Amino acid sequence: MEFTREKRMKMRLAGDRRGDQYPHSLQFYQQPPAENISLAEFESFAIDRLKLLKVVENLGVSYVKGGEEYKNKLQQELRKLKFQYRALIEDDYDARRKDHISHFILRLAYCQSEDLRRWFIQQEMDLFRYRFNELTDELVQKFLKYINLSYEAISKEVKEKLAVQLINSTPGLSGAKIEELMFYKVPLQDAMDLFRVRRVYLLDAFTYVPHTDMVAIVLNNFRTKLSKALALTARSLPAVQSDERLQPLLNHLSHSYVGPDYSIQKNTGKISIEHIDALSVKSFPLCMRQLHKALRDNHHLRHGGRMQYGLFLKGIGLTLEQALQFWKSEFIKGKVDADKFDKGYAYSIRHNYGKEGKRTDYTPFSCMKIILSNPPSQGDYHGCPFRHSDPELLKQKLQSFKISPTGITQILELVKGMHYQLACQKYFQLTHDVDDTGFSLNHPNQYFAESQKLLSGGRDVKKEPSEPENSQQKLSSQKSTNSCSIPNSSNIEGDTELEGLDAYFTED
Amino acid sequence: MAGFEPSSLPDLLPLYYRRLFPYGPYGRWLSYGGVVKNYFQRREFSFTLRDDIYVRYQSFASPQELEKEMQKMNPYKIDVGAVYSHRPSQHNTVHMGAFQAQEKELVFDIDMTDYDDVRRCCSSAEICPKCWTLMTIAIRVIDRALVEDFGVKHRLWVYSGRRGVHCWVCDDSVRKWSSNLRSATVEYLTLVKGGPDTVKKVNLTDPIHPFISKSLSLVEPYFREYALVGQDILGCRESWEKVVALVPEHILLLFVGTCLCTLGVRTWGGPSFGNCLTYWHASSKKTSHAESEIMLQYCFPRLDINVSRGLNHLLKSPFSVHPKTGRVSVPIDLQKLDHFDPFAVPTISYLCSELDTANEEEDGEKENEMEPMAKRRTRDYKKTSLAPYVRVFEQFVDEMDRSRKGELLKRSDLQRDF
Repeated sequence: MEFTREKRMKMRLAGDRRGDQYPHSLQFYQQPPAENISLAEFESFAIDRLKLLKVVENLGVSYVKGGEEYKNKLQQELRKLKFQYRALIEDDYDARRKDHISHFILRLAYCQSEDLRRWFIQQEMDLFRYRFNELTDELVQKFLKYINLSYEAISKEVKEKLAVQLINSTPGLSGAKIEELMFYKVPLQDAMDLFRVRRVYLLDAFTYVPHTDMVAIVLNNFRTKLSKALALTARSLPAVQSDERLQPLLNHLSHSYVGPDYSIQKNTGKISIEHIDALSVKSFPLCMRQLHKALRDNHHLRHGGRMQYGLFLKGIGLTLEQALQFWKSEFIKGKVDADKFDKGYAYSIRHNYGKEGKRTDYTPFSCMKIILSNPPSQGDYHGCPFRHSDPELLKQKLQSFKISPTGITQILELVKGMHYQLACQKYFQLTHDVDDTGFSLNHPNQYFAESQKLLSGGRDVKKEPSEPENSQQKLSSQKSTNSCSIPNSSNIEGDTELEGLDAYFTED
Repeated sequence: MAGFEPSSLPDLLPLYYRRLFPYGPYGRWLSYGGVVKNYFQRREFSFTLRDDIYVRYQSFASPQELEKEMQKMNPYKIDVGAVYSHRPSQHNTVHMGAFQAQEKELVFDIDMTDYDDVRRCCSSAEICPKCWTLMTIAIRVIDRALVEDFGVKHRLWVYSGRRGVHCWVCDDSVRKWSSNLRSATVEYLTLVKGGPDTVKKVNLTDPIHPFISKSLSLVEPYFREYALVGQDILGCRESWEKVVALVPEHILLLFVGTCLCTLGVRTWGGPSFGNCLTYWHASSKKTSHAESEIMLQYCFPRLDINVSRGLNHLLKSPFSVHPKTGRVSVPIDLQKLDHFDPFAVPTISYLCSELDTANEEEDGEKENEMEPMAKRRTRDYKKTSLAPYVRVFEQFVDEMDRSRKGELLKRSDLQRDF
């Protein structure tokens, strides 16, 4: 986003001609917004967009993309969040403006790493595809022209001459249909995904694309532009981040679908060390179960594992004293004697609890952090088993945990689609024998808490499913029940609570 | 032809690089008319020296400097890489991430080892005149698609020196292709899919894309002679079982029925599969692509996608000597493709002995004539059997020059037309 003065001036002048700015309900997001908005609007737009993209992601897993149910649910959501949901409504300025601005805000938040970019592009592509398919033929034509992607439609004579080739190279096309179907002559660079799988006729560096497949061309173009733009945005990010009002907000956004950080626990001290073995089988997510088993088997864990598992245990309520006892009793069974443990390892456990060094009270790792950072290498047991295990090994592991073959297939399918958290959620459903988890999983400690709730038959269980699957709303409910702190992965600024954030905005 | 001993390379290479390597056209090729600034200077070369010492990111200010360095280092093997954003020799001095491969020829690598499951004559690195037909077919199929489908003009096909062929597509626009576009191209050109565990590697569905039907019509003329006669794929049980495994069951049953019915009692106890192939043709054509699928599985080109996809992937340079066989990596004349014989390609030792003989004769004739070194050198390769291959290479470079000039003329014409 550019905040130059000239742009702003221009915008104010153009601001009156609202209709001109967004001639189409569908946008290609080529020009960043250049108007002034309040920080409050900035935040609410961004959060709504994030909710929308989360919905897009979840729908894409639960339903057939482009199917009736998928479309209906997505439309509902668009309407609820006040984004433009129908292509035909003409006067839709506010919704289109929101769509435009919110997209660009999330670009800032999601350009920072390869994985964030990939997630963002994927959801934006799916959203774009849905919206493009809602357009009428006429609007498609107009839109293509608007974004400078109008290609030459081939003449009737050419079509007749190439009829046989066109029929043979375009799946699902009969001789009768070809008469009425429009074909475009598209340079092969722009139709990569179509000629790659031989879905179009390729002659002399041009593909002949039927009208019905133009969405692939537009999407291809959209992806290329968006991914380039994100790379550029990443480069200019330091300038934006130097604005101290924006920086925490952007960080918060890119991590905010992670949920509460489980740093403050209501049940501190309510876990006894003797129960951990049993709990690890019943209520630990796979990553922690794996770490626990490795610790018991080898009487040792390497640094990455100690961090991930140690902080998780702290999150479920182990006190510092218990933690020291727990780790020590296990380590001295192996090659480490008591003296060496006190010298070498006790420090880092105390450190985790904020008793050493810079005295940061570290928060347990979220799924996002486990999935994205510090991948395990040989001899490591940390990481996300759905992300970091070889699928074949994962399968064996699941089999050994007595997961049904159909369940394993479902999990592996999700893993293949890179939906690691959803795979873990599926694992939760299968191990707890429920059809619907009623929450969207994004933290190992959340997994544990939900599992405990379910197993103890708490009343909370019934309340949860009525909540929509998104972190922000759940957050507030959590806040009221257990005064938990706000999503914030960087943990250093543990005080970035919602009130704190609000303060940023009311200042303006 | 003189036998080649890898141990003699240190003696032969200096002679080859001093007097035989075609520096002229080679430098002209990689300078691409000097249209783009520092194009040659930003090109990566990589040398493999004695004992597999690998030197990457070499770059040179001019073809002359490259020549000097080659004569100094006498590399066992030369690879050509991409054109980078900065001079590769200085890649350590620029900020990490800024050093990016920007352009490269689109290259294909077809390697005979990839056909091991369908050839009976040789395996791994060995080749023979029988299986070489596979390379001929591969060139025909890929080259047609490049020209007709992809609208490409300048292709240099090169024998790798041992067991395969390389193709360098050098059109200006193609050199700029992204790696994504390159892999899309390879996927378009790929029909044989699956590793050693896949039995049936070609599966055709209706409609048959024009690329496939056109490729089939190029494979067909070779199939009988190459596969049925040459490789004799129906000749023994182990081999024909592999073919039968590719035929859908209902067609197999139909075929057995036809066989028994036509051949009757006489052949009970052992009709040969070869005799009956024709019957099967007649009955299967209507219902399935089994026949085409078998042909394609046995003959269709198998490309190594990794070589083509990565811009920064290195490929052995034309006219580099293959250190194991001693054969020079020479361009293939497509006009005489069917007559190309990899075993007739001269080895470095043969070329050097040719040069010796020619010099002796010459020394006897005109003893006192002192010719300038450069002039003598341009003529040196002409005295050897390398000459026809250099001619093919020169024609290729000339053709590129011609079309570049045509392009420039067109552009300046346009500019004059106000």
